[in-house]
Parts: sequence; C-alpha cells; structure tokens
Amino acid sequence: MEPITGAEILVRCLKEEGVEYLFGYPGGAVLHIYDALYVQDDIKHILVRHEQAALHAADGYSRACGKPGVALVTSGPGLTNAVTGIANAYMDSIPLVVFSGQVPTALIGNDAFQEVDAVGITRPCVKHNFLVRDIKNLAETIKKAFYIATTGRPGPVLIDLPKDVTIAKAEYHYPKKVKLRSYSPTVKGHAGQIRKAVDMILSAKRPMIYTGGGVILSDGSPELVELTQLLGYPITQTLMGLGAYPATDSQFVGMLGMHGTYEANMAMHECDVLIAIGARFDDRVTGKIDKFCPTAKIVHVDIDPSSISKNVQVDIPIVGSVPNVLRAMINVIRDEKLKPDAEALTRWWRQIDEWRALKSLSYRQSSEVIKPQFVIQKLYQVTGGQAIITSDVGQHQMWAAQYYHFDRPRQWINSGGLGTMGFGLPAAMGAKFAFPDQDVVCVTGDGSIQMMLQELATMKQYHTPVKIVNLNNGYLGMVRQWQEFFYQKRYCMTYFEALPDFVMLAEAYGHVGMRIEKPGDVEGALREAFALKDRTVFLDFLTDQTENVFPMIPSGGGQNEMLLAERDEMVSTHDEGMVLL
Amino acid sequence: MNNNNRHLISILMENEAGALSRVANLFSARGYNIESLTVAPTDDPTLSRLTLVTSGNEQIIEQIVKQLNKLIDVVKLIDLSETDAIERELMLVKTKASGEQRAEMMRLAEIFGGRVLDVTEATYTIELTGAGGKLDNFLRAVEKDAILEVVRSGATGIARGQKALHA
Repeated sequence: MEPITGAEILVRCLKEEGVEYLFGYPGGAVLHIYDALYVQDDIKHILVRHEQAALHAADGYSRACGKPGVALVTSGPGLTNAVTGIANAYMDSIPLVVFSGQVPTALIGNDAFQEVDAVGITRPCVKHNFLVRDIKNLAETIKKAFYIATTGRPGPVLIDLPKDVTIAKAEYHYPKKVKLRSYSPTVKGHAGQIRKAVDMILSAKRPMIYTGGGVILSDGSPELVELTQLLGYPITQTLMGLGAYPATDSQFVGMLGMHGTYEANMAMHECDVLIAIGARFDDRVTGKIDKFCPTAKIVHVDIDPSSISKNVQVDIPIVGSVPNVLRAMINVIRDEKLKPDAEALTRWWRQIDEWRALKSLSYRQSSEVIKPQFVIQKLYQVTGGQAIITSDVGQHQMWAAQYYHFDRPRQWINSGGLGTMGFGLPAAMGAKFAFPDQDVVCVTGDGSIQMMLQELATMKQYHTPVKIVNLNNGYLGMVRQWQEFFYQKRYCMTYFEALPDFVMLAEAYGHVGMRIEKPGDVEGALREAFALKDRTVFLDFLTDQTENVFPMIPSGGGQNEMLLAERDEMVSTHDEGMVLL
Repeated sequence: MNNNNRHLISILMENEAGALSRVANLFSARGYNIESLTVAPTDDPTLSRLTLVTSGNEQIIEQIVKQLNKLIDVVKLIDLSETDAIERELMLVKTKASGEQRAEMMRLAEIFGGRVLDVTEATYTIELTGAGGKLDNFLRAVEKDAILEVVRSGATGIARGQKALHA
C-alpha cells in the first residue's frame, strides 16, 4: 500500500466514521490538514468565525441528530478559544471529536509560536485526550477517539496533532474495531438490582419519575414512554431531559428544579419512591441537599457509576444504559403481570392535581408591553410545537424551557451544565446542518446573542436559515433578577447602556431583521418570519425590562419552598443560601 | 459515616504520558486530599502501578474510587485498606551522630530494623522500611534536633494471599 500523509489519513478516517460536517477554523499548524480537505468533497468543512462557535456548532449538530460532532482548530489561540466549547460539551456529556493543531514535535515545550499545552489545558474538561507523536498511531488513535466519545457516558475527546505528524507518511490502515483493556462501559443492568427496583417501584404509594439528559443521549425515549405509561406514574424532567417524554401528555408535571413547576417540585418533595433515570442530581435540581426528597426511597439508573450516590445517597443503584435497563424493567412487569397500587395512585394524582391547580406558570399579561413568556407561547403556536429550539443562557432559556412544550427528544438544545452564554446561535446553525428541512429557532437575549454574533456571517455563507428570537430587555436579565431579590436592587453591571440596532445589524450580515414592540404584533411577526423559509430572520422583541422568572426556589431552599409570581413577595434569602449562588 | 479514614489505593494504569497527571488532576479538581503518591512501571512495561494514600469518609472514598475508575487510562484498582494487605514505605533519614549519640543512634536503627547506608564523622544516613506508622515511631524515638533530613517514598502496598492485581 502506498504511504499517505497524516493529513490524508485524518481525512480518510473521518470518511470511514461517516463524518458529514467538520466545523473549524484554519491556522498555521493545521495547514496540511486544510490542504488535504481541499482535494476532496465528501466532508464538508464549515468555516466558522470563532473557534468557540466551531465547538458549539458541532455540539448542536450532535445534540440534534445523535451523531458525534467533529471540530478542527489550530494550535495556541485556536485551541484556547475552543476550550469553552469543549467544557460545555463535557458538562452535558455530548460526544465530540476535536482535532487541534500543534507545533511540530521537535518544538513542543519550547514556547514556540502559537504553542499551548493542549492536552494539559483540556484534561479537566474532556472525557479523554491524546497527543499523537507518531504517525503510525494516528489512525488507531482516531478510531479510539470516536469509540470513547460515543460509548458509555458520552463526552468530548481531543486529539492534538503536531504539524510534522500531519506531514509524515504512513500506510493507511483503519482498524474496524478497537478494544481498550481499561475501558468497557457497563450497558446491561444487573438483573438482581432490576428485580429489586421493580419491587420498590411497584410498592410506591406516591411515586415519582425524574429523568435527565441521559435518556436523550441514550435514545431511551421509547422505553421511557412505555414504562411511564405502563405504570401511570407522574413524570418530571430536568432542563437537559425535556422532550424525552412528551410535554403535552397529562402524566408530565413539568420541569423540576430552581425554575420548575410547583407541582413537579412538590411531588418530588412528597414522593415515597423516586425513580431517577439518566439524571445526576444537579444542584439546580436538588435545591438544598438535606431538604431533598425527605421521604423517598431512591432508584437510580445511570450509565456512569460515578453519577450514582455522588450528591444524593440512593437505595437501589443500577449501572447500565437507559433503554437497556428500562426494557428489562418493562419485561419483568409484563411477564409477571405486576400492577401498581391503583388506589394509592388515584389519591396521589388527586394531590398532584391540587398543586397543578395553582397554575404556577401563570403570568400577568399586558396589552402595552411584550411579556417574554407570551413570545414563547406564540412561538410554540406558530411553529405547531414542532421546531428545534436552541437557547442561550439566562431568563430566556428558562422561559423557553417552561413555555415551549417539547414533545420529542433532541428538539430542545441548550447549555445546561456549563451555562454558556453564546451557545445558542452556533448550536442552531449546527442543528440546521443536521436537519435542513426543519424549522430551527434560537431563543436568545440581548446579552447572550452578542457573545457569538459573528456567526451570522457563517450562517450567510452556508445558507443555514434559522429564526432568532431575541428577548431584548436591555438587561442581563437573570443576573438583574438576582440583584433585585438578593442585593436590594443594586443593579451592578447588568444594564447595557448601548445596544446595537439588531435589525440593522442582521441586515448588515445579509439577513432579515425585524423589531417588534407591541404585544399585538408578536404573532404576525412570527408568522411573517417563518414564511421566509430560506432566510435567517432576526426578530428583536423589545420585552418587559423587569419581568422575572417564576416559580423559583431561592438558593438554600427546599423543593417545597417555592416562590410563585403572584403569591410571594421576594424576600432576601438566608446567608447560607447566598453561598450557593 | 463521617469518620475520615486513611485509605491506601493501588492503581494499575496504562504507562502513558499524562496518565499520572490525570490522576493528580482529578484529586485537585475535585478537592480530594492526597497524602502520598508513588508510581513506577511494572514487570509489564505497558503498565504503571500507582499507589496513593488519601483520606475521607465512606462516601468520599466511594466517589474517589469511581472517579479513578472512570479515567480511561486506569485499568484496575484496589482499595488495599478494604482487604488484608501489606503496606510498606521507604524512608531515608540523615541524623547527627557524634560522641555518645553514635551508639544510641545505631541501637535505635537496629531496633527498627534499619540499615546505616552512609557514615561520616558526624552523621549517619539510615534506611528504614515499614508501614507508615512504624516510620513515624522511629522519628518520634529519635531526639528531634538530631534529625537533619527526612526523605520518604510514600506508601506502597500489595494484598496478602493469592489475590493479585493484573490487567
């Protein structure tokens, strides 16, 4: 076999992995790779305008379609710019394979031009990383990277490629399979534990199902729906888990956690058996840990053993992939014709319906000023609930999660763990590459959008028409909300004294810009925007500047200590809570 | 539950660049305590054996073990404190040894099973091995201002009986 260069090997490996899109940005250390990309058409390289966006776009692509996202950046600043995107994917367990250029091996450690210790910098925020020093290891390392990124609990894997390795030649051989003696995730749940869990689940008088992003990542939605409907139990989902169970079904009691619904959080607090599936008991979900689910026995299904009993001690841990474990549970229940306690369940639902009757997501509508919640409700109507929604981070993210009812997995794409402002726009672009025929909407705010605004140029270049719903209140709204509640309205550095004219800005990038100032114009503007199928439309909604996200569990509070919009005056939280953010 | 117990954890991992820093990183990033750490290749040159001493309550140790296992480079590990195991540490001590001190120091070294490796007119350099506690005891037994320098390798260990950790 004719030896080929490292750069050519890389491109061939990507083809074998079925990679369609490579999101990246060139530079000195990766010039050979770009040269190899130039002479082929199979892999489409998307030239972003900032490396962070390359990572977010690859991430959004992966979240939308389930395949690993792939990114390519140069050494030094290319890599450091990418770190936020890598960390973002790591926190939400998104499978990415990231290639970074590196200075030639002979110069590593010499403080060469555009040199940084890429594997050192990224070590805490990758599932694994590699520095390839020898061309002979390149193909196998790439195979390992895809394997590690996509199996077990997924995550980003970085491969650092010194320039000389991309130039050196070797015979091409791509292994069909790799086996790592140090890595073999448990997929199948332990039968004995599953049996014990089923008994506990069916003994419940006040059961609660709580699921997270793991259900979506493992494509476990069909099994989750089947089990939940078989049991007839109430189900709540985390911010990362929305869509795995249809939000419009009556068994869904809404999102839980800091800005979850009253009924979801109360049911969590009062339940006697909690069935946690692919969720990690994050602090935004649990509130104060010693007040969390005080009366519940807990079953926890997760593929990552280190997620189990990390924050909350559980009674029955099951390590395995969600669809696999849930299928086994369903089989036990069906085979043995087991039934939940119908009488207790009726009483429990009656209680939940009482909590529901409080309508914790209600807000005061206005005929003068646009309420941000209203925009999301109209967006839901106009898109028929079918659009893929990405979001940035802040108040608008919570409103999108609360008021857009996600009925299918991979429909809701947001930065849950790291909370990265700027994620939404490049993620929307990535999702649009995955599903060019679907409506993709980026719900954002005037703060977040300015962090990755330059990607409007990329979207023009590649014709990825998404709709941008900017809930523009002139404030960094979530921080402002906290300053209002907990810092006596001392609005330090949360008001933008100068905002750009977003309409002109969108037009400057070659897109359509619209400004909407009246509640009566919201629906019409949305309809007009979605009618422009092949255009990116920037909808700048001037919204109520001081609207707050409710309900809310103030930091340090328990799940039963929610503040509701209409009912509660905001009072300063206790000192202990302030520490918790 | 809240007792902070000392644990001796022995890890078999890929002998690759960066593997050690993955372990060290994990401890600093998650705020776990490392009391000592030793590492060297094994008879199989593709594998390293890393032994560390840490402390924490049951829950923390459980997390440490899970997080270590999660590292891709970690092949296997064993918490030697959970099993019948032999723990050893090497210590080199340079002491003052002149006049009457010379005989006294030699006697102490003998009692603790130590060997004198280097002798000058005024000093002894003594080698001692044993579990950490024994080495502590030796240092306590020696007059404090007689100690010039102490070098400890950190603890390492192996399970008793037929149990063996291999890839």
